[in-house]
Amino acid sequence: MNLWDIALKNLRRRKSKAAFVLVGLTIGVSAVVVFISIAEALTQNINSKLEEYGANILIVPKTENLPLSYGGISLGGVLFEMQEIHEEELAKIREIANAKNVAAVGPMLLGAVEIGSRKAVLAGMDFQVASQLRPWWKIQGSQPEEEGVLAGAEAARILGIVVGKPVAVNGRSLVVSGILEATGSQDDQILFTPLATAQSILHKEGRISLAEVAALCSGCPIEEMVRQISAIIPGANVMAIKQVVEGRMATLNQFRKASYGLSAIVVLVGALVVLVTMMGSVRERTAEIGIFRAIGFRSSHIMKIILLEAGIVSVLAGVLGYLLGLGATKIALLFFAPGGGHSGHGIALPVDPWLAGAALALAIVLGLTASFYPARVAARLDPCEALRSL
Amino acid sequence: MSYIQVDNLNKQYGEGEAAVLAVRGINFGIESGELIAIMGESGSGKSTLLTVMGALNSPTRGKYRVDEIDVYALGQEERADFRRNYLGFVFQSFHLIPYLTVRENVMLPLTPIKIGKKQKRAMAEEALGRVGLAGKGGRLPNQISGGEQERVAIARAMVNKPPILLADEPTGNLDTKNTREMMNLLTQLNSDGMTIIMVTHNPECAQYARRTLHLSDGLLMEEENIIQRQAILAMTHSPESAVCAQGASVS
Repeated sequence: MNLWDIALKNLRRRKSKAAFVLVGLTIGVSAVVVFISIAEALTQNINSKLEEYGANILIVPKTENLPLSYGGISLGGVLFEMQEIHEEELAKIREIANAKNVAAVGPMLLGAVEIGSRKAVLAGMDFQVASQLRPWWKIQGSQPEEEGVLAGAEAARILGIVVGKPVAVNGRSLVVSGILEATGSQDDQILFTPLATAQSILHKEGRISLAEVAALCSGCPIEEMVRQISAIIPGANVMAIKQVVEGRMATLNQFRKASYGLSAIVVLVGALVVLVTMMGSVRERTAEIGIFRAIGFRSSHIMKIILLEAGIVSVLAGVLGYLLGLGATKIALLFFAPGGGHSGHGIALPVDPWLAGAALALAIVLGLTASFYPARVAARLDPCEALRSL
Repeated sequence: MSYIQVDNLNKQYGEGEAAVLAVRGINFGIESGELIAIMGESGSGKSTLLTVMGALNSPTRGKYRVDEIDVYALGQEERADFRRNYLGFVFQSFHLIPYLTVRENVMLPLTPIKIGKKQKRAMAEEALGRVGLAGKGGRLPNQISGGEQERVAIARAMVNKPPILLADEPTGNLDTKNTREMMNLLTQLNSDGMTIIMVTHNPECAQYARRTLHLSDGLLMEEENIIQRQAILAMTHSPESAVCAQGASVS
């Protein structure tokens, strides 16, 4: 027989009161789990969607007075005077603090070339990351091999390029592997070839004109990544294409704030339920507490009994609240994105052990905090007065 | 100084015009091993005196010492320890905890003490054996009779072997047979060395006591001792237990 036994026996005796506290706490915890899980699921969903938006950071050489216009770079006749970045410098991007947010890095070399009697812009790029950086590209034909070239729709029309036919680029024969469908961007006027081929044609081995980075920046401010990349590539001008990310993130942050606000209200109501129920329980047990005090229980023993009862119910509520919250989130996500998401079965349900731990901790903190005042009242009961109520 | 020493004890309830002086300047001493009865009309202050002696109710003025400990100079928690170590309580309506078994009720005073469960259980079984309830430890209070509940209350009061037992109207809810058994049990505990202080309305039950303190309107009116009582008994030629039992049933 110890204080633990008394607490357990009393809970068993006052099942309805214990159940009421349990329900109050469970609802509070599950609501928090639902809100946080939905926010997390939507964040993950937006992250995956962001990949579809392609590059959102541009790394270009620092220039003193040359305006650029391709993706912020103006090439024109001054292209040849541009400074270049060394290809190996890009490897450092994988070492920045937010490297985990870097989905893809695409180096690009730009240069003017002669195709017959005409001039055109040739872009050397890494086609392995092209699908991440330019997911909107639709190619008639295929991506170019080492001695191949891909033509923008407008460039193909003007230069009379046909898929499968060779084309002389600065006197070097490259096979046209495909033609891009019109994108409405500057890509339509450019010829694309693998980076090494372009470097060879333009005699710029190991050098690039710019690099595009696809950054997933839900967990970090994109400016911070820009700052980190600028620090490791001092000769480059790093720019963020922020609008898409910021717009999405602003919406998500608003949802988060609303979720936290609602969670706080539900938690407050849950705490009040616990407080009122525990106070009622203490009032009902005045006589019993008087007996305990009369036979030598200290105030601290009485507090321990009440807090143990609250603790036992809280642990149960934490576990139930988490499971109930996950279930409710799963159902809620069906409404948020019916049939969507990458799996094709709606947004994936995030199962986070930290959230499980946090739910348990929340339930315990909530239960104990809300029970502290009733426990204190019980502990401070005048034993003589308490016995008089018998 | 006696083992229990009460000096100029006053207890006032309320303030100003509503103030009621329940106990007024009481002085007496009790030696270790005595059996004392406190008698008086309703409202005479005897229950207040018992709660003060039970370290449950701070006096307005005066000193209460047990074993040279100034009880009300102790802090709240130390006073709880004092109750646990020195006092056993038998309440008028037994006041057993309904959701605990008989054994668990008896083990209650041992709960805050850091001893093993097995030892606590053995002590409870021993106490239950002494009050004749061996084998009934697993029952709930509502599964035993009133007389048995009273004995459980006594077992609970003596389980940790306190030197003093305070009983508030211990026979108030008992019939003749159980009253007799109860008084025999208290007498037996007293003969084992336990100091017993018993509040009672019943003059016949008080005759078991070595001394009787009579209270009236908060004042200690007289102290009747065993010699006076023996004289009364000789005049009535009535055995103590029978008189007490009869008195209890009448009361």
